[in-house]
Amino acid sequence: MRGRQGPGAAVVVVGAGLAGLRVATALRERGFGGRITLVGDEPHLPYDRPTLSKDLLTGRRTEAQNALPLPPDLDARWLLGRSAVGLDRAAHRVALDDGSVLDYDGLVVASGASAVPWPGPGTPPAGGTHLLRGLRDARGLLRSLEHGGPLLVVGGGFLGGEVASAARALGVAVTHVYRARLPLERAAGPVVGGFVARAGAAAGVDARPGTSVAGFLGGRVLEGAVLSDGTRVAAGAAVLALGARADTAWLDGSGLRSAPDGSRALVVDHRRRPLADDGTPADGIVAVGDAAASPHPYSGDGAPAHLALGHWSEAVDHADTAAATLLGQDAAAGTAVPSFWSDQFGLRLRSVGLPRLADRAEVHDHDPARGRLEVSYHRGGRLVGALTANRTSRLAAYRDRLREEWSGPDRELLHACRAPGCV
Amino acid sequence: MRVRVDRASCENHGQCVFAAPGVFSFDDDEELLYEESPGPEHGEAVARAARSCPVRAITVGEGAV
Repeated sequence: MRGRQGPGAAVVVVGAGLAGLRVATALRERGFGGRITLVGDEPHLPYDRPTLSKDLLTGRRTEAQNALPLPPDLDARWLLGRSAVGLDRAAHRVALDDGSVLDYDGLVVASGASAVPWPGPGTPPAGGTHLLRGLRDARGLLRSLEHGGPLLVVGGGFLGGEVASAARALGVAVTHVYRARLPLERAAGPVVGGFVARAGAAAGVDARPGTSVAGFLGGRVLEGAVLSDGTRVAAGAAVLALGARADTAWLDGSGLRSAPDGSRALVVDHRRRPLADDGTPADGIVAVGDAAASPHPYSGDGAPAHLALGHWSEAVDHADTAAATLLGQDAAAGTAVPSFWSDQFGLRLRSVGLPRLADRAEVHDHDPARGRLEVSYHRGGRLVGALTANRTSRLAAYRDRLREEWSGPDRELLHACRAPGCV
Repeated sequence: MRVRVDRASCENHGQCVFAAPGVFSFDDDEELLYEESPGPEHGEAVARAARSCPVRAITVGEGAV
């Protein structure tokens, strides 16, 4: 950060979600006494996002309970309902959509991600069709579900399954359309996919694997869809759960590199510094949460050097490192083992590491009757991750092994750069 | 130090077991076990556990139970 850290210094955090809040909190914990300004494009103070597809839909959690607690000594300025539209790195200045500018000594890029919009074919009717990323989306979806559905869920990832599960819990009929043979197949492999598909079927979900939406039915209000296999599905509401892309368009032209995987997330080093186009880390800037793609130990051999995981754990695990980097202090860097979870159809899916990079999975426990599952993931013979259902007790050992490998004496070897763009 | 877990909120994410294995653990039935009055040497790990709990089920207070 440009030399100044005292009461006169200014940190601007673009993004008022979990990642931005956690970095702001860590800055205070590390003694930063200057001004902290958080800019959020939603009109809300930070809230829990993972619950939007789960407990907030089923009513197990209220909106009031869903607000993230703010530390009493945070002493931050909140600019809500406003978004960043540009960054001038040379002038250390962020431009906002209302025409104002914010000067910074330190900048935190925590602008998160947005749901991928419907790519076609056709345009879905506005009435009853939902993306699900923010609180506003969840409120709209709840209103649609209160009309009874039936609900069409498009997308076989975690979000699609969670929404299908929540809707079934509310007694709403659900048709689940996805291109793959099994849900979650790309992220967690066929064993987990089959396990979850069975649980979904038992909960009454009408799954249509291997299909896509060929066109939507209805005028202003959704009435249904025609699928790629020619069948028609009636629907009063639809959720398009097609993934997310980082909200980094405001950084276009600022000379910061984004990941080549289409996620649009900023490529960062182990200290959370975004890399400039020339490969050098940017000064006075850190990036966290869904807007950042973190380095990991398995680059090369077909795996990208950086991954935009979009996990809750990413925002939490790297906040302190980001704060330390801005303040020029030391922090443990690069040893966090990612984790993620999904709750659907009574299955508590819990995972550590990077299952998506696996070339082989080993099944250690598979008990559909009790909803229990334990799978480990390997790449080139090396453990890269694990996933359990209703068996969290088995995860700690995998996580310890990964942590040891990622931070042990082999670390330099693991981190050896074997891919273009790896730093 | 006093530790309390709100069992109604707990969803077995296991993050506390990762962060502070000397204080939190699971038994064979996936039940979370924890030390209610851990020694001061666990302070940093317990704070990390509370921070990493996705459902904010862990509260840490002063003194002993």
